[in-house]
Amino acid sequence: MFDVSLVLSGQFRGWLLSGFVTSLQLTGLTLVLALPLATALALLRLAPSGVLRWLGFGLVEGVRSVPLLVHLLFWYFGAAELLPGPARQWLYAHDAEAACAVVALTLYTAAFMSEDIRSGIRAVPATQLEAGRALGFGFLATMRRVVLPQALHITVPPLISQTLNLWKNTSVATVIGTAELMYQAQKVETASFRGFETFVVATVAYLAVSLVITALAAAYHHRYPPRTA
Amino acid sequence: MSFAELIDTYWLYFLVGQYPKGPLGGLALTVLLGALALVLAFPLGVLFGLARVAPQRWLRWPVTALVYAVRGTPLLMVVFWAYFFLPSVTGHKTDQFSTMLAALVVFDGAYIAEIVRAGIQGLPKGQMECARSLGFSYAAAMRTVILPQATRHMLPSLVNQFVSTLKETSLGYIIGLSEVSFIASQINTQVLTRPTEVYLILGGTYFVLCFGLSRLAYAVEARQRRRLAPAKAFS
Repeated sequence: MFDVSLVLSGQFRGWLLSGFVTSLQLTGLTLVLALPLATALALLRLAPSGVLRWLGFGLVEGVRSVPLLVHLLFWYFGAAELLPGPARQWLYAHDAEAACAVVALTLYTAAFMSEDIRSGIRAVPATQLEAGRALGFGFLATMRRVVLPQALHITVPPLISQTLNLWKNTSVATVIGTAELMYQAQKVETASFRGFETFVVATVAYLAVSLVITALAAAYHHRYPPRTA
Repeated sequence: MSFAELIDTYWLYFLVGQYPKGPLGGLALTVLLGALALVLAFPLGVLFGLARVAPQRWLRWPVTALVYAVRGTPLLMVVFWAYFFLPSVTGHKTDQFSTMLAALVVFDGAYIAEIVRAGIQGLPKGQMECARSLGFSYAAAMRTVILPQATRHMLPSLVNQFVSTLKETSLGYIIGLSEVSFIASQINTQVLTRPTEVYLILGGTYFVLCFGLSRLAYAVEARQRRRLAPAKAFS
């Protein structure tokens, strides 16, 4: 009865494999885009100006309190409609599903990561910032040269766990038809009538990458154990 | 259709779906599903959490593996497993609500297990040792000494978990459960000309609900810190 090889041969294998690669690409691209955005958001929330702090707070909480699914629906069905005509046509001609998924995932992930980066920065003693400022560095220069390098060490483990969430979250992009692993699994399931085998393969694929990410976190913890003050 | 007309026509449908002429839906169903999922997932999470710290290996290892497996899988995958295989396990057709509820209970159970484990392991070891040396059995010490203290530490995390659960109910959209995201896209299909507004309202609704709750978690945490602060001074 149970025969995984049925969905791992011919075109089905091709579909699942392309979905897996697309999921990995979504994760990678989102990570690259979300990290600088998250850092910017974290700095905004720690900025000397109250207006900027409130702006950062509003953005982060506004994005975090709304489900990813709604972000995806909004960017794909709502925001894409607001674009001027030529830009919209260009978008629909160039894989609008993937583009909207990257936008939604980037914003969502960045909002969560900015909180981790912020608590990493706050864990660096305030005197570091004060000393940097006293030496004549500006706020941003002190952050970049003094505080952020120290905060990075504390921030890496939670960021790895956010990457794990990101990897799992890419599956939600199936609602707008992004051709990632979950979408392809549904396609294979419909075409092959082999639901059990298909879902076993997809689950194992998701788990395998999750375990690699978890192992990365463990390796980092082992290589750089948390400092005890 | 103007924005005011949009609100005026659809507000009731958005809040409760087709109820009372049809099944309950909309925002009310989202809140009901989220609350029910958390209430049912909590006992499961406590059991899993206790198993995660149990001295018996035969109990600890399988549950640890299960918790890791669920936490490494997207919720959507769990939903699909429930959607396709609950009917074949239970023998009769499962409706979308039960499917989503089952998936959420298993998924949240695994996450609550980690909250419970952290709550238990966050207590000083001396608590358990002291209770045991006073003659309590492991189970009695857990029940009367460890868990009541751990629960207090877990409270803010549990409220945050409820926020996550409410957000997770939106995945019911994919299996056609008429919760608020599904209803919103139904409204969007009927109106056609105002997708941005419809999805902004949907986002705003989740924001009010989830942000309010996360502020509550924050308040609970701050209150606990204040209450625990004087006790710390003596230790």
